[in-house]
Amino acid sequence: MAKEEAIQMAGEVLESLPNAMFRVALENGHEITCHVSGKIRMHYIRILPGDKVAVELSPYDLTKGRITYRYK
Amino acid sequence: MINLKSPAEIEVIGRAGTLVADVLDLVAEHVLPGVSTAQLDRIAEERIRGVQGASPAFKGLYGFPATLCASLNNEVVHGIPSDSRILESGDILSIDVGVRLDGYFADAAVTVPVGEVDAEVDRLLRVTRSALGAGIREARSGKRLGDIGEAIQTGVEEAGFSVIRELVGHGVGSAAHEEPQVPNFGRSGRGLRLESGLVIAIEPMVNIGKRHIRTLKDGWTVVTADGSLSAHFEHTVAISDEGPKVLTQIPVASLAEEER
Repeated sequence: MAKEEAIQMAGEVLESLPNAMFRVALENGHEITCHVSGKIRMHYIRILPGDKVAVELSPYDLTKGRITYRYK
Repeated sequence: MINLKSPAEIEVIGRAGTLVADVLDLVAEHVLPGVSTAQLDRIAEERIRGVQGASPAFKGLYGFPATLCASLNNEVVHGIPSDSRILESGDILSIDVGVRLDGYFADAAVTVPVGEVDAEVDRLLRVTRSALGAGIREARSGKRLGDIGEAIQTGVEEAGFSVIRELVGHGVGSAAHEEPQVPNFGRSGRGLRLESGLVIAIEPMVNIGKRHIRTLKDGWTVVTADGSLSAHFEHTVAISDEGPKVLTQIPVASLAEEER
């Protein structure tokens, strides 16, 4: 498991990028690019622009995130 | 000989299974266009070897050279990871991994889409996964192997796809493969009676086209004879008096998210 705790944030998907990445606007106004967790991929959960998602950020690179949950 | 497991043994197989699920989760996260299947293999091997007492179950098994079976598109199973197999958007990749932990084995597989896939391909994945679910629901004491096979076969064939006959699920736990064989087709009420303590890997392999397969010259990779896409899902399941226990999943409630 990861050594460093990830930062949990909520955000909204703005745009779906090629290569299964997404541009996400965080609650604090920042825009980041995100990839999708393995769990979401294994369950074929589709992510579309406009979806509210939970995002994890690495403390080392705050411009990239990982989508861990898609809210209904 | 069929080898029933004690609750203590099932607990260890369950720990191996949790690691398998964790590895699949990690590998699925790295399934992206531009990534090679050998890269995924290294990610999986590193994760498994990072756990005390754990090693990849497939590496060296009957001479297989890798940790993962990475089978792309029309490859059904036993694809050998390679630096020259690069994933592209629209592909589907079956990842199958087994772990040996403290002398016990667990085994699971998922098929994941690379980027965006066609609607029909998405349907293949969902049908195969729900066929596995239907098979697992039949895995309870008093039922028979034929009940599992029929549940899988019915779900798949009603959806218009076909079930591979030559490859089957298997007992698992004390070895990576043990008796009994668990076919993904059959008739209910036939075959071995299931009893508490039996641990099996149920693994439907489903083709969009015809069910026939052939093996490539590398001696490992199994492909569909007609070149159609193939999906593969697998869980290690323990039969208990309380019903089927899936040993190869991460015990987290959040997976139950409603799908679109």
